Amino acid sequence: MDSLRLHYDVPGDDFTRAGAASGDVKRMLKQLGISPTVIRNVAVAMYEGEINLVIHAGGGEIDVEVSETEISMVLSDHGPGIEDVELAMKEGYSTAPDNIRCLGFGAGMGLPNIKKYTDEFRIETEVGVGTTLFLKVYIQ
Amino acid sequence: MENVFHSVRLDDEKCQGCTNCIKRCPTQAIRVRNKKAYIISDRCIDCGECIRVCPHHAKYAVSEHFNELLKYKYRIALPAPSLYGQFNNLDNVDYVLNGLIQMGFDEVFEVSKAAEIISDASRRMLENGTLKRPVISSACPAVLRLIRTRFPNLIGNILPLFTPVDLAARLARKAAKKKTGLSDGEIGVFFISPCPAKRTAITNPLCYDGGIISGAFAIKDIYPVLVQTMDKMELQKVEALSDSGIIGVGWASSGGESSGLLKERYLAADGIENVINVLEELEDEKLNDLDFIELNCCTGGCVGGVLTVENPYVAKARIQRLRKFMPVSCNRLPDGFNLDILGWTHELSPSPAMKLADNVIKAMRMMSELRTIEGELPGLDCGICGAPSCRALADDIVRGYAEKDDCIFWAARSKGEELLPVPFRNREKTPEKTSESSNDFEENFLRDE
Repeated sequence: MDSLRLHYDVPGDDFTRAGAASGDVKRMLKQLGISPTVIRNVAVAMYEGEINLVIHAGGGEIDVEVSETEISMVLSDHGPGIEDVELAMKEGYSTAPDNIRCLGFGAGMGLPNIKKYTDEFRIETEVGVGTTLFLKVYIQ
Repeated sequence: MENVFHSVRLDDEKCQGCTNCIKRCPTQAIRVRNKKAYIISDRCIDCGECIRVCPHHAKYAVSEHFNELLKYKYRIALPAPSLYGQFNNLDNVDYVLNGLIQMGFDEVFEVSKAAEIISDASRRMLENGTLKRPVISSACPAVLRLIRTRFPNLIGNILPLFTPVDLAARLARKAAKKKTGLSDGEIGVFFISPCPAKRTAITNPLCYDGGIISGAFAIKDIYPVLVQTMDKMELQKVEALSDSGIIGVGWASSGGESSGLLKERYLAADGIENVINVLEELEDEKLNDLDFIELNCCTGGCVGGVLTVENPYVAKARIQRLRKFMPVSCNRLPDGFNLDILGWTHELSPSPAMKLADNVIKAMRMMSELRTIEGELPGLDCGICGAPSCRALADDIVRGYAEKDDCIFWAARSKGEELLPVPFRNREKTPEKTSESSNDFEENFLRDE
């Protein structure tokens, strides 16, 4: 089946460029004529994930696949991993350092928001090895 | 092809086919073809940026000729508040309004008066809490067109009210019919406009029926005559005509509409690039803690309109001075007023101008091809192909409007690198500066000291 595959490298520690990948995906989805709600969900979830890669993991990679029925995103990093996933999924919980919070990030809404805006959400993480998020937003 | 009327036009004779306008267009609506710029009608939002940047003055905005006034028995002028910022040493708006009467209008109706009513209506609508927040201002017609073309997701956030000029025209026309007994066709209602987007909105309003405003005169066209008329005016003969205050006149510059809402959680952005950045963030739900977002395509707000005479910051400073002598507001709606009367009658529809194809599968295939082509282009965004960027050329190619060989870097692969500008050719090594000569330079430099 036809699908559109995109790959992004997200550099770590550069806030000025965070959002470039999700911005590009958003622009592309608009040109495809995908519904506004779907685009919003993808853009919000992917932006949150992208910011996480920058803040917590020193960068990472994002693979996006657009098919007729769904948009899937895989965000992977070789960062510190998440010790307690259940805790990280709680709204308001954050391990972001103060200098990051000063920028308005690190409110502890990252993962909960990603889950909220996606139809499928799976996380694989290992302390000291890295984290991978598998996300899907259904079209229609 | 629904936006058939555009006030922004090209003068073919003056156009040299340079790349200044294609680069600055916020909707990538301009290409160079046959040595001339070409405006893609469905994409143009009439913001006037190309008029601003064209070094050859080949872009212009249509507005009415003064003779147009002669067609009507009763003539009403609707001066934009930005008009008040164009005059040096003005301390009373009545000079401007009386000047317009002496120029041949029978009546003036200040747009700032209607703006105060819209401010009041906006306050009430924000208070009753039915609007999707953050609410986006609907006053700038270029912003409205930008949203429907590039940010259709945000259409639901737009404040569904008349613009001040549209309300002014309706109120003025209704009162004039009653006063004179004339028919609609005998009454001419003319806007004194700071920008082409507002002229386009007269002929082609998106969210309600048109035909209320008869036309527009550009501030820059009316200014020379008006300034002479005002110079000759005697103070005793200046009739008190102004009926608006700080809130209404404040709409002339960025932040004015917001401050009229008497709320603190607002953002006011001006200048097309800033507006686009704010809309991007809004779309990503990063600005959800705000109540209101005021956006003006021109730098500084309407005082920065491309049809004004004065620098926007100077105009803003002058209006600040004028406001000193004004009451806060002269107009408000009666209690319990039915706000629907001031509301849109048509929904704003998204524009399909940027979509690749109607069918998603087909669009995906085109997008896939587009990205492959984009990867093969040099990424210089030089504009020699006539498109504003390599990405835009790739877009044109998949739509069948351009060919790969339109890119000279692409063509040079098969036709030889002489096609390329000198700095891009692979030449013999350029002579390197020896370390000796750089030492010489350093020594000479030090010696001079």
